[in-house]
Amino acid sequence: MLRPALAVGLLASLAGLSPALAQDSGKPVLTVYTYESFVPDWGPGPKVEAAFEAECGCDLRFVGLEDGVAILNRLKLEGESTQADVALGLTAELVPEFKKTGLFAPSGVDLSPLAIPGGFSDDVFVPFDYSYLAFVYDTEVVKTPPASLDELVNGDPEQKIAIQDPRTSTPGLGFLLWMKAVYGDGAEEKWRTLSRRILTVTPGWSEAYGLFTKGEVPMVLSYTTSPAYHQIEEGTERYKAAAFSEGHYLQVELAGRLRTSKQPELAQRFLAFTLTPAFQKLIPTGNWALPATKPAEPLPPAFETLVQPAKPLAIDAETVATHREAWTAEWLRALGR
Amino acid sequence: MFLSAADRRFRRGAALGALALVLAFLFAPFLILGTGTEGLSPALASLTDSYILGVIRFTLTQAILSTLLSLLFGVPFALALHRNRLPGHALLLKLLLLPQALPVLVGALGLVTVFGRNGVVADLMVWAGLPRPSIYGLPGILIAHVFFNMPLVTRMALGGLQAVPAESWKLAGQLALSPLATFRLVEALALRAVLPGAAALVFMLCFTSFTLVLVLGGGPAGTTLQVAIYQALRYDFAPGRALALALAQVALVALFLLPTILARAGGALGGFGLGAPERRFDPPAPLKRAADWLVLTLGLLFLLAPFAAIVWSGLQADLGRLVADPQFQRAALTSLAIAGSATVLGLALSLALVLSSGLSGRLGLVLRLVPALGLVVPSIVIGAGWFLALRLLGDVTRFAPFVAVLSNAMVILPYATRILAPEAEAAAVRTGRLASSLGLRGWARLRHVELAALRRPLALAASLGLATALGDLGSVALFGSQDFVTLPTLLLQRMGSYRSTDAEGLALLLGALCLGLIFLAERGFQERGAA
Repeated sequence: MLRPALAVGLLASLAGLSPALAQDSGKPVLTVYTYESFVPDWGPGPKVEAAFEAECGCDLRFVGLEDGVAILNRLKLEGESTQADVALGLTAELVPEFKKTGLFAPSGVDLSPLAIPGGFSDDVFVPFDYSYLAFVYDTEVVKTPPASLDELVNGDPEQKIAIQDPRTSTPGLGFLLWMKAVYGDGAEEKWRTLSRRILTVTPGWSEAYGLFTKGEVPMVLSYTTSPAYHQIEEGTERYKAAAFSEGHYLQVELAGRLRTSKQPELAQRFLAFTLTPAFQKLIPTGNWALPATKPAEPLPPAFETLVQPAKPLAIDAETVATHREAWTAEWLRALGR
Repeated sequence: MFLSAADRRFRRGAALGALALVLAFLFAPFLILGTGTEGLSPALASLTDSYILGVIRFTLTQAILSTLLSLLFGVPFALALHRNRLPGHALLLKLLLLPQALPVLVGALGLVTVFGRNGVVADLMVWAGLPRPSIYGLPGILIAHVFFNMPLVTRMALGGLQAVPAESWKLAGQLALSPLATFRLVEALALRAVLPGAAALVFMLCFTSFTLVLVLGGGPAGTTLQVAIYQALRYDFAPGRALALALAQVALVALFLLPTILARAGGALGGFGLGAPERRFDPPAPLKRAADWLVLTLGLLFLLAPFAAIVWSGLQADLGRLVADPQFQRAALTSLAIAGSATVLGLALSLALVLSSGLSGRLGLVLRLVPALGLVVPSIVIGAGWFLALRLLGDVTRFAPFVAVLSNAMVILPYATRILAPEAEAAAVRTGRLASSLGLRGWARLRHVELAALRRPLALAASLGLATALGDLGSVALFGSQDFVTLPTLLLQRMGSYRSTDAEGLALLLGALCLGLIFLAERGFQERGAA
């Protein structure tokens, strides 16, 4: 039987798990809400922290949430009482929602160093990196990859693809917008044609990419930068992204500072810091995305071999906000719900 | 129930206390989230739109089919296992609990390696000149649900069979009962006590299934109510709609569970036994033996092949480096603390509810129904509600471990009460009169009578509890505390940043940890009994 000592031990261990109260180092604390893949050892988080703390005389803390949507929800739940000084990692589609919370202050950051395709301007949010959606394929199976979105849609139904659900994932929503940007009102019909090739629609990126690396599907919706990971970390050129002639959908990631922050100057300084070389050089191999400014030193050679889209595609965030529900319904109809 | 008045008062108090805690934890989030939203009535009206109706229809269809199939395969497998003791029987019993601890994504990828489009089965069929099969759609969902839940049915059915006194098997052997008569007179009675509970559990697990249904369902046609709830609260942030959907989920499941709640085992198991180790004396029956071996072979192949795939890919990882990683060690300790505490709490609550036994009528029904629903109140609703409430007390991340323990304990409750209830009743019939005539009461009675009689079911409930709590993901995702990372979270983090080999290694380590814990739990419950 369970002994009382065991129960006491478990309770004690539980209390130990409860994060220790912030040790008072005397330095001001800057709290940054971000998505969780930014935070671990292999992500850019720890290096960003070291670099910024070296110059700010402050204590930078990350709070890792699932993704941009989770950051938004947490801020909605917390409202004015939020502990966050900065939110980092929302996608451009979410900007209207983030602004609607009324929690953000103008960034005051000079955006002139930006080198984002198609340009970018906003007085509240600062883009710190971007990436292009792309279909990544296995060169051992796919000998002639589609050269356009149209070839993908009308290709061999026996050669399967895995995509993500726009109701539950960011790349999934991105692909919905990509189809819309290319086909407009004809998108529903194209989805119907494409559906013959879709092996499955997963709730998030991890499931689809897992099916891909397990060899279950030869092609998966991901990013143009995915092959760089396999080249640099695994030393293999087996996986490549297909270049589409219509262009690729652009996903920009942004950061903003909270109006309610008790350290407005520090928060602003951190936003400005995201555009400096010290931060930007951590993006390519830390976040596997493209830096938002022109790199001070050349990117790793693997990045030179990546698909350079002919044309960035994007739908303005306000339009997305207005039509998302209708477009999702259209997608559901086309794919048989 | 032959209890002294003081004991009866105490047990009733404990049961009501446990019930109050469960109700408060599961349903307070509804009230908290409900205040200040746009109001429930438009959201409730939206439940009847054709999209949601379609989702409900699909959710029910797949859940019912999955449950029936899990029973259809799980019961014969349990009977065959019980009749023919295989070498490695004890290990196999522990392995059967592992699917509960596996993150669903890991299980799904293991299944795909075997049954997928490029899996072993498909390759064999192509080699034999047959067309390449595709499981995506309802077949894939059903295969996956049977893989995850048939072992659960098997374990619970075996638990029922083990509760049959050794003397009954001996008698059946001495009377040379035919296989059919043995089944009718002994086995079926034992199964009748545990199968309603097992069916109810599987139904709830399949009803609320999310990732599996989307990944193997092939597309949005496989959308469950749980997906809609998740979407409403996360992507649309419409708490009113999420609450309406969650209420619909709870109500629907409650409706379907009611028959299994009302189907009481009665004293069916209350035979006389001297506690001899069970052993079967079935007369030789070659036909039955052949059928048993067929069932065993197919069942083991079906269950172990995906495991083998998971172990194989786990071994490709650099396990030494993973184990040496301080992140892994921290996450493993966190998982152990959470799973251990949640199991202790879950079992304590279950015992309080199960041993009350004096409550009947409407209150008794509530007592049995509410804890049975622990799996159905969506964890995202619980997380959001408690987040809002705890925010008033200061830094929420401090509370993350406690919310994780409580929400896992709620998930353990349905398992534990389902396992403990039939045996507690049988034990009361068997020993109640004797215990009271000996004047046993209070703690002494609890310890020497009830807990001693429940040793075996408690070991099973503890093992299942540890497995489910170890595999828990994200009941506190919203709390986003950097210092609070469990093993499954660590695994999914790696999966989400291209490091799938590491993730597969972590899955193997998680499985090993789970087996170790189950081993310890069973030992812990045996020791005292043997002494």
